[in-house]
Amino acid sequence: MSPADSARASRHFDQELQELRELLLRMATRSEEQVRDALNAVKRRDAQAAQHSIERDHEIDALELDIEERAINLLARRQPMATDLRTLVSTLKISNDLERVGDHAVNIAQCAKRLAEAVPLPNLSELDRMADVSTEMLRDAIAAFIDRDPDLARDVCRRDDQVDRYNDSVFRVMLAEMSRNPNTVVAALQMMLVARNLERIADLATNLGEDVIYIVEARTVKHHAEELKSDQEDEGEFDQ
Amino acid sequence: MSGKRHNLEAPPELIARRRRGKVFQGLCLAATLVGVVTLVVLLADILVDGVTWLSPTFFTEFPSRLPARAGIKSALYGTVWLMGLVALISFPLGVAAAVWLEEYARKGWLRTAIHTNIANLAGVPSIVYGILGLAIFVRWMFAITGGRSVISGALTISLLVLPILIIAGQESIRAVPNSIREASYGLGATKWQTVRHHVLPNAMPGILTGTILALSRAIGETAPLIMIGALTFIAFVPDGPRDQFTVLSIQIYNWASRPQDEFRGLAAAAIIVLLALLLSMNALAIWLRNRYRKEW
Amino acid sequence: MPTIRVKADGDAALATRDVHVHYGDAEAIKGITMEIPRNRVVALIGPSGCGKSTLLRCFNRMNDLVPSARVTGEVLFQGENLYAEHVDPVEVRRRIGMVFQKPNPFPKSIYDNVAFGPRLYGRPKDLDDIVERSLRQAALWDEVKDRLGHSALGLSGGQQQRLCIARAMAVTPEVLLMDEPASALDPIATAKIEELIQQLVEHYTIVIVTHNMQQAARVSHYTAYLYIGELIEYDVTDTIFTAPNEKHTEDYVTGRFG
Repeated sequence: MSPADSARASRHFDQELQELRELLLRMATRSEEQVRDALNAVKRRDAQAAQHSIERDHEIDALELDIEERAINLLARRQPMATDLRTLVSTLKISNDLERVGDHAVNIAQCAKRLAEAVPLPNLSELDRMADVSTEMLRDAIAAFIDRDPDLARDVCRRDDQVDRYNDSVFRVMLAEMSRNPNTVVAALQMMLVARNLERIADLATNLGEDVIYIVEARTVKHHAEELKSDQEDEGEFDQ
Repeated sequence: MSGKRHNLEAPPELIARRRRGKVFQGLCLAATLVGVVTLVVLLADILVDGVTWLSPTFFTEFPSRLPARAGIKSALYGTVWLMGLVALISFPLGVAAAVWLEEYARKGWLRTAIHTNIANLAGVPSIVYGILGLAIFVRWMFAITGGRSVISGALTISLLVLPILIIAGQESIRAVPNSIREASYGLGATKWQTVRHHVLPNAMPGILTGTILALSRAIGETAPLIMIGALTFIAFVPDGPRDQFTVLSIQIYNWASRPQDEFRGLAAAAIIVLLALLLSMNALAIWLRNRYRKEW
Repeated sequence: MPTIRVKADGDAALATRDVHVHYGDAEAIKGITMEIPRNRVVALIGPSGCGKSTLLRCFNRMNDLVPSARVTGEVLFQGENLYAEHVDPVEVRRRIGMVFQKPNPFPKSIYDNVAFGPRLYGRPKDLDDIVERSLRQAALWDEVKDRLGHSALGLSGGQQQRLCIARAMAVTPEVLLMDEPASALDPIATAKIEELIQQLVEHYTIVIVTHNMQQAARVSHYTAYLYIGELIEYDVTDTIFTAPNEKHTEDYVTGRFG
């Protein structure tokens, strides 16, 4: 085809890719908001807010369906190669993961509803920290996707161990609380569930980071700390 | 109220365009008819004049002062001899030259010069060839040709038709698609194998057409043959290439310029024979061409 | 510097060393060095005018037929330089066969088409066997075995191209060069040709020029990307189409320019 023709076709395809990207961003933003709203409902023991959050989950599901359909269409019609191919394949994976983030946010909202009716627990700083780190990871992973920044993505992956540690810690503390004060069992269990869901959200943020690295560098990375460290050393950096 | 025009009917300007086209068409037809009608009238005239003189004796008798006893035996034999020799000489030479020019010669100024010269030679008046033939074949090569002989005539006429053959041959060879050559070379054929198995067979229909053209021209040539000394009144047939001769065209010319009416009839009869000969030569070449075409 | 990651490790069927091709004053190939591993399919891709056909024709000295063409550098066939003084191009073309873009069967019978090559070298006694073997290899035997005497021009485009392949194989070359063999064919005929290539590579080394990237992706083990006479990238096909090293290659395979 003539250069003019292919330029025109390329622009249209680029347009389609851009639309898909925007949809994915909208989905990511929504998922992030869902997590934030659910966590706020936990903190403020607001059952109504939690319910509201649960009802809005269908928006995320609808976005996932739309994105999936468009991505498959583009794969069939455009026979993409190289970066375009990696981007489209990763888009499918990312939308899938974001949908699961939405589901975990729903789980947290449901914990919030139950916590609102239960005996309140003293403030748990580890859980607060864990919530902060997880939501930051999600936010940074999305930012890495927007900016196509593999270094930021790697940074997100590295924080996953932190979240795992917080999870263990919350588990231990809640266990101790439950054995000390049986009245708090219901609340404690819910907190453990919240922590559990936050840990999964952090994992999904890590997946998102890995997908960003794949799109930009064509490298498949699994988020084990050792691999990441040797990854860094290859690039001449040094991290303690 | 103006009639309602349906959407796809011809608008007025289209009708005018079409009318102009019809006029042009008519003019072309008229031009064609001029040629055709003239030809038909001429042929009819010849046939009317000459058909009564076509008798067996016409073919077996030699020319005579008495119209009743005149025949074209010597002229007919002479023409057949001449055409045979011309075909034998010019065909291989013409084809070989065309092959060399198209397949072997390097494309440079020399080849262009040769090509241009040959094209020019095709347009040279035939009398010039007659002068050339007289000087070279009759006089200078007397020992070989025997002077004013059939072979001298054949060589002269061959020179005359050679440019036509070469050009037709070149065109035919050029028309063979290059993809065929590439396929042949790609299989490990040499240039000669490629020419022999693919180029020539595929060019042959065109070459034979060129040969028809060339021989058709040759059969009617009179002036150069008179120049090299074909006789006008002989009572013998050539018994070899180095013997003297005459041809139908000269005989026709001779008879047509006699005052008696009978000789005009004889001339017409001879023209009919000449045309018949021409047609059979063409038919032979067309048959050969079709045979080549069918094989592929 | 081009990205070249294909090394034949001493088992190269063909190789070029700093090959330049000039047509008159214009330089069509500007110093290409690459290796074609044995029994593999290598695809040459690139936009029109990048020189892929010219490069292909260096491998069997078909460029000799163009009067203004001048080739420098070395083209090695099993270690021997094809452009050395003592080498006869006719012999080269017997051992390195070629199939062209537009099917070009001779205006002869199917049998005579395939038999033409072997007949060039004498009168082989087992000509019938050779013809049958070649037609079978080209996956055409079943379709034409009852009409070997018919004109080759009566076949469909796809069948004609397979006939040309059979014809090329009748002289048992070691390498098959294919210049856009399916570009004049419909999708089904194209698929048959591609299937055939995948079968043939077991016994032949194949170099294929194609302007169809998807085709290159489907049939080749290695792909070389050329641009205006230069080799930009040469790597495993998977890599070229999922994660090419050169931005130029990336722009071409994603269709950013034609």
